[in-house]
Amino acid sequence: MGVDEFRILLVDDEVEFLETLVKRLKKREMNVSAVKSGEEALIWLDHDPVDVVVLDVRMPGMDGIQTLREIKRRYPLIEVIMLTGHASFEVAVEGMELGAFDYLMKPINIDDLIYKAQDANKKKAIQREKVRYIEELKSEE
Amino acid sequence: MDKSKETRTADYPAFFKKRFFTVIIFSITPMILVSGIILYQFKMSYHEKVHAHLAELVLKHKQNVDSFLAEKLGDIRVLARTFGFEELSDESFLRDRLETLQRGYGPVFVDLGVINSQGLQVAYAGPFKLGNVLYSTASWFENAMKNEYVISDVFLGLRGLPHFIVTVRDNWKGESWVIRATIDFVAFNNLVGNIRVGETGFAFILNREGELQTKPLFDVIPDKGPYLEFMKTKLKEKDDVQIVERRDEFGNKNIYVAAFLKGGDWLLVYQQRASDAFSDFRRALKIAFAIIILGGIAIVNMAYVFSTRMAGHVARMEKEKKMMDEQMIETGKLASVGELAAGIAHEINNPVAIMVEEAGWIEDLLEEEDFKEGENLDEFQRALKQIRTQGKRCKDITFKLLSFARKTDSRIQEVDINDMLEELVAISAQRAKYSNVTINSNFQNDLPFIRVSQSELQQVFLNLINNSLDAMEKTGGTIDIASKVEGDFIVVGVADTGPGIPKANLNRIFDPFFTTKQVGKGTGLGLSICYGIMKKLGGEIEVRSTMDVGTTFRVFIPLTEE
Repeated sequence: MGVDEFRILLVDDEVEFLETLVKRLKKREMNVSAVKSGEEALIWLDHDPVDVVVLDVRMPGMDGIQTLREIKRRYPLIEVIMLTGHASFEVAVEGMELGAFDYLMKPINIDDLIYKAQDANKKKAIQREKVRYIEELKSEE
Repeated sequence: MDKSKETRTADYPAFFKKRFFTVIIFSITPMILVSGIILYQFKMSYHEKVHAHLAELVLKHKQNVDSFLAEKLGDIRVLARTFGFEELSDESFLRDRLETLQRGYGPVFVDLGVINSQGLQVAYAGPFKLGNVLYSTASWFENAMKNEYVISDVFLGLRGLPHFIVTVRDNWKGESWVIRATIDFVAFNNLVGNIRVGETGFAFILNREGELQTKPLFDVIPDKGPYLEFMKTKLKEKDDVQIVERRDEFGNKNIYVAAFLKGGDWLLVYQQRASDAFSDFRRALKIAFAIIILGGIAIVNMAYVFSTRMAGHVARMEKEKKMMDEQMIETGKLASVGELAAGIAHEINNPVAIMVEEAGWIEDLLEEEDFKEGENLDEFQRALKQIRTQGKRCKDITFKLLSFARKTDSRIQEVDINDMLEELVAISAQRAKYSNVTINSNFQNDLPFIRVSQSELQQVFLNLINNSLDAMEKTGGTIDIASKVEGDFIVVGVADTGPGIPKANLNRIFDPFFTTKQVGKGTGLGLSICYGIMKKLGGEIEVRSTMDVGTTFRVFIPLTEE
């Protein structure tokens, strides 16, 4: 699997923002999908696992932090980039503590987002390698 | 300190007065009431005691005098009855009798005389040459012939000395005769004269005519004073004593005690200055007054000190309350602005994000072949760039708003102020160079470490330095940064040589959203953030500015208690 060929799931309640971002990312040949809430994101992930989730902090229903916690519980290997409309230090810290890869503040620069997503995917790949290696060691025993 | 105390007291004169007089009234009134009542009771009982004592004294002496007189009379009666006229007419026998009497009773009897019915003294024994004297015209003789026993008033008589006599009448061969004895005036006088109490208490005897019967120790004018009134009084009991207190002709208050003697013929008078008689009471009264006055002074002093302190305390409380109110308003203002800011930031950021995203999408689309040849491609791209720039500006504003509202990294650390300031100077050096500004540092060495949030404090000083740089962007100048310890604070001064702040703006520079910068250049939040941070740290930030000379900000950071 190439570095650029990874799947991104965008989670944001602002449909207009989501649609445009999806179009722009697709134009850059990213494999990207989008859902409108934390709940939908979890359902999506059950059927169709992705590599990186870009998650808005403030959403109706399950908010970013809750969703992050749930994602990390179910799929520890998936990397999450938090997207925030307000640069609350606490939220950022909390997110990082819960295992988020990084956070970005709106309005985002699309290139920044892509770089961060690529980095997150790299990290995920390394993690997966490590897990595989450990499993191999275990199976050899 | 005194001055501030005065002004504080002066600020609350009504309060002070009220306290002062309340304390005085509530302290002094019971003190005076209680001491007054006690003194009055004491006075009454003491007077009673003194009166009773004096009455007792006078009564005892009255009885003494009465029994003295009765005794002497008895002696002479025995003499007359035992021996009769014949024997007593013999002068040598009479002399023997006088000697016997004097041997028995001391020199009380001065002389003896036997007088016949014609008033001729037929026999005489004594120191005076009174043999064969004719007493027929003497008033005492007439009296003596009428009554069986007579004790005369004091008179001068033939011998020219004050004396009084005791006479006993008897019959011999149908003729009355009289035996007469002179009582030693000195001996009798001593009976009364020895009554001495205190410094001014003395006694004397008056007869019914108000003539002195004994020699008083001090001058007495019998016509004045209450003596004659005593005479007029009819007493029910023989042993009754009269007591009167009144002023004499010199204005001195005297206490008079009187009792009748000799079946009402004589009056034994005891008199004493009231001040003397009640001297113990006077002393007690003086002590009581001294205590009351001292107590009063103490109360007044205490009331003054107490009221001053109270007034000062109230004034201080009031001031503190006022300050607290102001602070509350200030904090409230900041807090509500903070909430508002957070809300705005979030609400604005999302639509701006969409706009920027759409612009980005258009830009993406313009990359495609169809549009490359477009006539207005450059204009499109310029417009889109503008949208992105303005979007970024919105982001900056909301970011600042959020940094104002959010809790920054408020972890407490040990901070070396000088290190921190040096870091900030280094950060600002590049910008300063462009603006032709020199930054001088003048730090006090060995500043104590303080425990604060480093990032908050950095924000404060960065804001101040940036403001100074902004102010001197075109003109250039110097910024002096100095640190030193003053009392319980580390004081950091940031002084620039910029154009200064107009007086009208000085009060408002810490208000949120107050800015004099061009629209889009400043948010008006920098200094209010500084203000909020310093207040939170328990410190202070103050500003002094002179137009065309410069502006100095002084930041007071409280020293950490060990």
